[in-house]
Amino acid sequence: MSNVPDDLRYAKSHEWVRDNGDGTVTVGITDHAQEALGDLVYVEVPQIGKRLDAGEACAVVESVKAASDIYSPVDGEVVETNETLGDAPETVNEDAYGEGWIFKLRTNDEQELDGLLDADGYARLLEDED
Amino acid sequence: MGLKTALFEEHKALGARIVPFAGWDLPLHYGSQLAEHHAVRRDSGAFDVSHMRILDIAGNGALGFLRRLLANDPAKLRIAGKALYSCMLSEHGGVIDDLVLYYRGPERFRTVVNAATAGKDLAWMHSHTTGMSVALHPRTDLCMIAVQGPNAREKAAPLLPPQLAERVHALQPFFAAEEGEWFVSRTGYTGEDGLEIMCPANEGRTLWGNLMDAGITPCGLGARDTLRLEAGMNLYGQDMDEGVTPLESGLGWTVAWEPSHRSFVGRDALEAQRAAGSLRQFVGLLLTAPGVLRRHQRVLKGVAVVGEVTSGGFAPTLERSIGLARLAPGAEGECTVEIRGKPVPARIVSPPFVRNGEARITL
Repeated sequence: MSNVPDDLRYAKSHEWVRDNGDGTVTVGITDHAQEALGDLVYVEVPQIGKRLDAGEACAVVESVKAASDIYSPVDGEVVETNETLGDAPETVNEDAYGEGWIFKLRTNDEQELDGLLDADGYARLLEDED
Repeated sequence: MGLKTALFEEHKALGARIVPFAGWDLPLHYGSQLAEHHAVRRDSGAFDVSHMRILDIAGNGALGFLRRLLANDPAKLRIAGKALYSCMLSEHGGVIDDLVLYYRGPERFRTVVNAATAGKDLAWMHSHTTGMSVALHPRTDLCMIAVQGPNAREKAAPLLPPQLAERVHALQPFFAAEEGEWFVSRTGYTGEDGLEIMCPANEGRTLWGNLMDAGITPCGLGARDTLRLEAGMNLYGQDMDEGVTPLESGLGWTVAWEPSHRSFVGRDALEAQRAAGSLRQFVGLLLTAPGVLRRHQRVLKGVAVVGEVTSGGFAPTLERSIGLARLAPGAEGECTVEIRGKPVPARIVSPPFVRNGEARITL
């Protein structure tokens, strides 16, 4: 069973979002997603400063199997990206909710997070997919 | 639900991620594809390849039949156990399948063909038996386990029937030994030393368990693909198919032009193509910037498209991305590959990329 922390919000496309409480959010892919993808070998992060719309393809993770798009769960501007993934993409496999984060956004509207799934909702989504 | 090999429950018990492949349910990996890849390069790994179709070919006309059907010449096989790699071609010279043929004795052969093409292959073979004294016998009663890696033979040999264990120690590359229903060859699809073992299904289950107990790593289709790619070995359906000839697939060396009077299926088409010249070349690619090569990406020299990637992926041994590609004649040196609309620098190289654990190209 995949790990689904209670303090995060989730997109149906298997990204997680952490509210940093300072107008920014951190985005990564879920434990379920990293497990389904298999060993990651390349991560392409978005450009800092780029403005993203919710649902926009903005990053790419490539596993030994295939390339997968990462979609921005909310509207916002990219303020930071995880540069360590360039040399160590496997960090996403090892610590999907921690050191394996992918980018940070400054959000326009924190209420937008309410439109995402909570941990129970995401866990149900995974059950339905199985 | 796909077909299941005799070892399916063993894979489940080992925690395999099962995926559909050519109509079969097979392990993709047992946790980490990368770890499995490294196990084969550095020590030993075991693959269930029972989905591949084993076919026994015998009868007074067996050699004549095979010399007509295959682009390589089975008459080269004179010592029992010797193996030959060959393409089986259409009249147009397209590759119907690639296979390994083993010589077992006068007019007795065994071949192993791809799972995805097995039905098509068998129908094609049958259509060429007319008037020939030859019988084709699919051996779906056997399972097949590949044990690969620098320590594979040493670890696996003691687990074979005693009559075979000693002979396997002395086995030369690309030779097989058999005893009863056991058939063991020093062949593989990884670029490492190793064995491919065919035996009755129930004995195969015992063997698999013994291989695991001996510390051999179970490996899935994922590692099989990255290992063969590093070894520069073609994958049927990606690197070649019925739409291309062996001459444009890096397999010209497997076509036996001599003796010139041997009329094999596809010969006329290959001779015409060779005479016309301007053959596309089949090359290796090394991506020299971050990213991953994937099948169907376009290869460019300057702004001109010169071909496309036929197989691509991450090479765990090299920690770089590599690929195989079919390119216009003459293209060499530096090039770019279009990845998500952007040109990424790459270098045209000569496969293999890795053999026996060592890089064979300059990074």
